[in-house]
Amino acid sequence: MSKEKVYPYVPNSAPDVKAAMLKEIGATSVEDFYEDVPEKLRLGRRMDLPEPFLSEYALKRHVKGLLQKNTTCQDFISFLGAGCYHHHVPAVCDEVNRRGEFLTAYAGEPYDDHGRFQTLWEYCSMMGELLNMDVVNVPCYDWLQAAATACRMAARMTGRTRILVARSSGPERTSKIVDYCKPELTIDFLDYDPETGQLDLDALRSELSDDVAAVYFENPTFLGVIEGQGADIAQAARDRGAETIVGVDPISLGVLTPPADYGADIVCGDVQTLGVHMQFGGGTAGFIASRDEVRYVQEYPSRLFGIAPTAVPGEYGFGDVLYDRTSFGVREKGKEFVGTASALWGITAGVYLALMGPQGMQEIGEGILQRARYAMMRLSEIPGVKAPAFSSTHFKEFVVNFDGTGKSVEEINQALLEKKIFGGVDLSKDFPELGKTALYCVTEVHTQADIDALVEALTDIVAAKP
Amino acid sequence: MCTPRPKLGLIVNPVAGLGGAVGLKGSDGVDTQEKALALGAVPLSPARATRALERLAKIKDLFDLFTCGGRMGLEATRSAGLAATVITDPGDVTTADDTRNAAQAMAGQGVDLLLFAGGDGTARDIYDAVGDSISVLGIPTGVKIYSGAYAVSPAAAGELAADFLQGKTKETHDAEVMDIDEASLRQGRVSAQLYGYLRIPRRRRLTQGVKASSDAGEAVAAAVAAADVVHDMKPGRYYVMGPGTTTRAVMSELKLEGTLMGVDVVRDGKLEARDAGEQQILDLVAGRDASVVVTVIGGQGYLLGRGNQQISAKVIREVGRENIIVVATRAKLNSLQWRPLLVDTGDDEVDALLSGYIRVVTGHDEQAVCKVGGLEV
Amino acid sequence: MRDITKERFADGKPLLRRYHQARWDEPIVFELSSKDERGILLPEVEKGIRDKVGDVLDALPEGMRRERPPALPEISQPQVLRHYVRLSQQTLGADFNIDVGQGTCTMKYSPKVHEDLARSPHAACLHPYQPDETVQGVLEIMYSFEQILKEVSGMDRFSMQPGAGSAAIYASASIIRKYHEMRGEGDTRDEIITTSFSHPSDAACAKVAGYNIVTLPPDKDGYPDFEALEAAISERTAGLLMTNPEDTGIFNPDIKDFVDLAHENGALCFYDQANANGILGITRSREAGFDLCHFNLHKTFSTPHGCGGPAAGALGVTEELAQFLPTPVVACEDGIYRLDYDRPNSIGKVGAFHGSAGCVIRAYAWAMSLGADGMKTAAEVAVLNNNYFLKKVLEIPGASAPYASGKYRIEQVRYSWEELTKDTGVHSEELGVRAADYGVHYWTSHHPFVIPEPMTLEPTESYTRAELDEYVEILRAVAQEARDNPDKIKKGPYNCPIHQVNHDEFDDPNKWAITWRAYQKKKDK
Repeated sequence: MSKEKVYPYVPNSAPDVKAAMLKEIGATSVEDFYEDVPEKLRLGRRMDLPEPFLSEYALKRHVKGLLQKNTTCQDFISFLGAGCYHHHVPAVCDEVNRRGEFLTAYAGEPYDDHGRFQTLWEYCSMMGELLNMDVVNVPCYDWLQAAATACRMAARMTGRTRILVARSSGPERTSKIVDYCKPELTIDFLDYDPETGQLDLDALRSELSDDVAAVYFENPTFLGVIEGQGADIAQAARDRGAETIVGVDPISLGVLTPPADYGADIVCGDVQTLGVHMQFGGGTAGFIASRDEVRYVQEYPSRLFGIAPTAVPGEYGFGDVLYDRTSFGVREKGKEFVGTASALWGITAGVYLALMGPQGMQEIGEGILQRARYAMMRLSEIPGVKAPAFSSTHFKEFVVNFDGTGKSVEEINQALLEKKIFGGVDLSKDFPELGKTALYCVTEVHTQADIDALVEALTDIVAAKP
Repeated sequence: MCTPRPKLGLIVNPVAGLGGAVGLKGSDGVDTQEKALALGAVPLSPARATRALERLAKIKDLFDLFTCGGRMGLEATRSAGLAATVITDPGDVTTADDTRNAAQAMAGQGVDLLLFAGGDGTARDIYDAVGDSISVLGIPTGVKIYSGAYAVSPAAAGELAADFLQGKTKETHDAEVMDIDEASLRQGRVSAQLYGYLRIPRRRRLTQGVKASSDAGEAVAAAVAAADVVHDMKPGRYYVMGPGTTTRAVMSELKLEGTLMGVDVVRDGKLEARDAGEQQILDLVAGRDASVVVTVIGGQGYLLGRGNQQISAKVIREVGRENIIVVATRAKLNSLQWRPLLVDTGDDEVDALLSGYIRVVTGHDEQAVCKVGGLEV
Repeated sequence: MRDITKERFADGKPLLRRYHQARWDEPIVFELSSKDERGILLPEVEKGIRDKVGDVLDALPEGMRRERPPALPEISQPQVLRHYVRLSQQTLGADFNIDVGQGTCTMKYSPKVHEDLARSPHAACLHPYQPDETVQGVLEIMYSFEQILKEVSGMDRFSMQPGAGSAAIYASASIIRKYHEMRGEGDTRDEIITTSFSHPSDAACAKVAGYNIVTLPPDKDGYPDFEALEAAISERTAGLLMTNPEDTGIFNPDIKDFVDLAHENGALCFYDQANANGILGITRSREAGFDLCHFNLHKTFSTPHGCGGPAAGALGVTEELAQFLPTPVVACEDGIYRLDYDRPNSIGKVGAFHGSAGCVIRAYAWAMSLGADGMKTAAEVAVLNNNYFLKKVLEIPGASAPYASGKYRIEQVRYSWEELTKDTGVHSEELGVRAADYGVHYWTSHHPFVIPEPMTLEPTESYTRAELDEYVEILRAVAQEARDNPDKIKKGPYNCPIHQVNHDEFDDPNKWAITWRAYQKKKDK
């Protein structure tokens, strides 16, 4: 290995310039700069790493070779959902988030990064219209973080320490809420009605007490059910001085009522469905929204952008709404933390909403309702299969019960795989009370032929001898 | 109807900073001044004042300037090319009385901001005259200044004054005025105590960055730290509250009206003694469960200074080192660049007892470890 | 023909650019709306489906059907693209500026070949719950990258699940908490110790996990004060969170003493390696004795910053703590990769799904394009660049580098303009805004400032000597202007997309407008 190797990403690895710089500094070698690192802390040997692919061609070939071992949701028909969704990503969305300016910017000022500020503020603004709320944060990591932070915000606001969480919520979300709210807050779960899948209102009313900071539920629920009792839940919570937090999928809000309209105080969710590729789960971006009241605004740990005039009339300027976000309740521990999260996906979601407009959002919502309904109806025609398992209305996901088939979801999904179909997420582990069930997701990417292919495949699989 | 222009007052202490260049520390007293002039010292403060005023020249049509005659202001304003109305004329030899009279006259004129050029002594004179009734700002002169009422430089003073007069920054905050024992200073020891608070403009932040997470304003940070102290207060215990704005925040949290400069004693949320002297304190705490609550004072970072006759070495001995609670904001520690905190109780043994490391309450369940050292010059 | 090239130089040095950033004076997206315009059309629902399902909107539960459409703008596709491309032009990405001014962010080059890889359908169109056998490629990359990080750090196991540095710090606090809980000391160990120069997230994240925070002061050399640690540590200490080198760029040679003392007292030690870029291949977590560490893949490992994410905070632990890592982790048996969810002692989910696979793919590609020698060279050159920079910046009158005077630094320096401010009344933030008029960024420091009038610069290995010289010349010009014409600086910027923002409105609840709809309600009031 030549000592003087020059790397394309490291301009000053070229020997002459390196020597000239050392000379100008007055150092003999780069070793001088590490004089503060004592022997005992040194690795003292070459790192034992795989040999590199120094040429771009070889690197690309190597990594592409690995990636090609993957089967994509374009290769197979996928009915997977459960928090990560296959929707069409408009080309303009990819074009915008591929632009080097947006892709490689970070933390400049409202001057040099004016575009970033305006783009994100516009994203927040369009989300505000979708959610019917005046305050939306710059994105946090994902729905998990948004929900967990919303719970802590409610606790800070009310000074109370209990959170009631609907058991029909996403297991990843509830796992995060439980961990993140330790040790100050306790999480209690509310069951759902086994028939309808909706929140058990009696359980809610009996659990609500003066130490409850918030009630959290999702709409649609993780299990796909549209929570028609939203207004009742919010009212019950409000009557006891608790905040109502609702988790939503924004792509549903062209046809479904925004939670603010039925009494939600804080709304959260993920904007991956708005123009962001699934990326094996890496396309998440969480949002938190609320009314424009000081008591809410002062609790956000995330950045909030504001619009402002500049020294030139008619010029739009932006900056951080930095209202002293520290209150001092008895056990106030500060406003969590803020850091790098998912800004590029927020920008992308803004582009998506601008492309879709009100009509697009309405059409996609209606189209999804139609396709999902079609899938449920056709799947129910298969002997032993019950779709949906719950008697309520659904949006794009629904629980399919295979108890009548005598086969496990694992077996069925394995068989579907051989037919190039990804069956719905197996719910047996997280929701054993439902029996042999899977969560199926249908979106605008599914054609009638795709759904018919699923039905045909399942029909064969169910009928096949064990 | 047009709004009246803001009024700016200017007082220059022509002898401030006199001693520094010729190796004398401090300039109080006619003796020292004469000695300095004999040694060839040149008064620096007029030039410094001019430098600050030059920064205001760009907005000279936006405000009305009031000053004193001759070397107490008019000369400096002329050098800076500004017009001014003279409201007092002290004559050739100026004293602290002249400063005080001028300040009162300025306050009477209704100045929106009073600029003064000088050192710690000048700050004390201003405080004696007007307290915190008007906004003021110090233009620093030659010697090292221990009071917080000064900008970092004449240029910075001018810029901040310009921003304040134009309404670009509207907030003010309390800045410490320190009483330096000049005799000790000349012997190489800095011995200071809190004299009072002046109200000076707070510089506005121009930009905000992503790294500014949960950045609390100074007053809010003090309140949070204060709340933490109150939360941990034990029933039946006496708390001897030292002077300062952060300890005042503790009193506010308790909804008690304490003294900013003096020492109050609190127990079970009630005021046991107000502006107490040493003996009164000893009578209350002797043989009982007691703590002392102090904050960090001054640009040098004093925990307990000489001349703090109330929280004396005797009181410290009685209460015990482990029962000293220090409360201060992170911003305060940062402004000291975390240099060791100073103690000077007048009793070497007690000073040594206090040396080492101490925990400082900086927020809710948030503490800093600070070194406590001797005196520094 | 004139020698144009010659006219670009004076005294043998290039003149400063006559730069002006794109300024489109672009309206807000809502202002582009025109009734009935469509940006994209949806796939039609087939007749077969429509006929079978009936009126689905009617079938929605009462009160759940959206009554009024959302007031989103109606814009055609070319106009949407145009609007956003204009906004992107008004954003100063690292791709096209000498981005050495965002210290601690490690704004190195994000290789474009990584975009080709991470955006291909084989990476982008994968669902996180697909059966393991259908995602062997991405699992192999995640596993292989974990092995790379293990060698780079000396730690035993890694999770890529945290969404960025702060998430990794939080996860480590959560692991520390669980570790002590399982040993019955969860209640008694309620303090975490960190340092005054640490990132605010170190304290903030530990607080969320329920800890009291104790901060150590710097000693006169800028190192964390060891004696202060001796005074602070006790049986109540759960953990020690440290960065080394700190944001000042100073490496603490006695770091192991800190770790040893913490261990002697039963506490765990977490190494915040946001500042790893200068020490790759030189020194590691393991040799210093740390129990946990993290890397920011979007810093040291080149993944693009994306205006503030997506990112990844790779969290590493010793074997003893591996059981607590977030679930799932990637396991490998006989060359078959799988996601292991069977982890009873895990702290649960820290981030959604498996973290940012896109970031891991890019980071893996970066590591595989450089190898052991390349990464070490990158680190060494980053440090060379920084010390070259240090020398040149200190030649500018008014600039200083507090602490460690006369010593070399590692990969970044926190400077101070205190002297310049004293002379001119111009503050560091103002200098920074004016520097943007020359096409560069400039970052001061975390708030509240410790070093007064700070400027934190980190060259990384990606810039040429000429680029470093250019940045220094910009600083020199701006510093000189502070002396000659401070007023001009204070009213800046002039060459950026917008002029000076009036920040007064941001703290007033009656004036702040976080969305367009709020702005409509509050404007003119």
